[in-house]
Amino acid sequence: MNSGDHSQAVIMRPVSNLFIASSMIGALLLNALPWEGVWLTLRPDFVAVVLLYWCTHKPLRVGVGLAWAIGILADVNDASLFGQHGLSYTVLAFGGVVLSRRLRMFDLREQTTQVFLILLLTYLIYAMVHWQVNGHMTWGYFLGCLTSTLLWIPISALFKSMRQMRVDRE
Amino acid sequence: MDSTQTFQVFNRGPTPAARLVFFTVLSLLLMFVDAKYRYLESTRSALSVLVSPVQRLATLPGDVWREASDFLVRQETLLDENRALHRQHEKDASKLVQWQSLQLENQQLRNLMDMQKRNQFTVQFVKIAYAERDIFRRKVLINKGSTDNIQAGQVVMDDKGIVGQITRVYPWLSEVTLITEKDHAVPVQVQRSGLRSVAFGAGDTSQLSLRYMPVSADILKGDVLVTSGIDGIYPAGIPVAQVEKIERDAAYPFARIVCLPLGGVDKHRFLMVLSSLPKLPERPPEEPVNAKPKGKKTGGHG
Repeated sequence: MNSGDHSQAVIMRPVSNLFIASSMIGALLLNALPWEGVWLTLRPDFVAVVLLYWCTHKPLRVGVGLAWAIGILADVNDASLFGQHGLSYTVLAFGGVVLSRRLRMFDLREQTTQVFLILLLTYLIYAMVHWQVNGHMTWGYFLGCLTSTLLWIPISALFKSMRQMRVDRE
Repeated sequence: MDSTQTFQVFNRGPTPAARLVFFTVLSLLLMFVDAKYRYLESTRSALSVLVSPVQRLATLPGDVWREASDFLVRQETLLDENRALHRQHEKDASKLVQWQSLQLENQQLRNLMDMQKRNQFTVQFVKIAYAERDIFRRKVLINKGSTDNIQAGQVVMDDKGIVGQITRVYPWLSEVTLITEKDHAVPVQVQRSGLRSVAFGAGDTSQLSLRYMPVSADILKGDVLVTSGIDGIYPAGIPVAQVEKIERDAAYPFARIVCLPLGGVDKHRFLMVLSSLPKLPERPPEEPVNAKPKGKKTGGHG
């Protein structure tokens, strides 16, 4: 098994709270872009992926509570039921925090399969709540789960390089 | 990566599992309260102030692009458009004169018959700020809110017909539920035969359906449905949809009727909000017999 952490020669610097906060706001912004039609169906949930990244890489700082708070903001943003995103992101964060050690041992490709399951659970919870309240289901919604999983690799790579850049500068 | 973490031996607070349970229960509670009652609307609009800068920023590139393309339009196109609009205006003006005299006549007749006068409504022009964000719902957000006296329950239409109804009002935005939203009901009347019915949204496709219409109902393909004005929310006589398909199967007690909305439910950027709300409370005692059950009356009214 190729363990990602040990093969790295670079030491990452501590992540500032500002970086985490701005990445979260950026994700909310990307979710809030005027997506329409097919693009809305295929839109990955940026907030979920970014949240999962921080939950797995900084489980002591970004956890269930923060995920819930972000979820409430996402509920306001999407005009969905209060607590709908909150609940699904809570479960997402729990999955991320519990599996954080295990996930960080894997390389990106192996991580992706595990991330897919966590995201699928998140999407499933959101859809279940919708189904319970409104009594019908839009199956295209689950396509977003696939694109979100695909987003995991670029987001991980991007954040990793951004965290390394901070070392190079000094 | 672990080396960067501060190593805490003691006191990390509750375990993730405990937090999971706590926040799950909290979310479930919130959802229950939000779905059953409407206590949380003020919290929502307070939080929306926090989120609205993000939303504005997100729609900024699109707005800038549109402004720029508005600015760089060719003079020829503008002239053409102007000419077409003039022609349309002249055509409409002649009809309007006729309409005014008809309206007077109608009012006189109604006075003679001692009937209630038709509601006059004033119109507010609004712009769609963003379209449906949630894949499950048929909603748009418009750029005016409670600061512009928009109220939940008001009717939204474009130049062709009904588009939807305002269901939630924020300080600078309001949410419009489109008539194609699943189970959203509009009381309608077939223009040709005067037959009353209720048009329900079909959900994810841009269609409406008429439910509980007997197989023998007098309805044909191409019939135009207008609002009947019975519920006191939608003013009477505004076009809603056109009948697209009728399936009459003797095995079922009801015909399956599919209609397409006439208003550009997911096309336009500019819409009109009708404000006829103050006159509503007078209506119910007038027509108690005709009150039809509404599937989902999301907007508060009166």
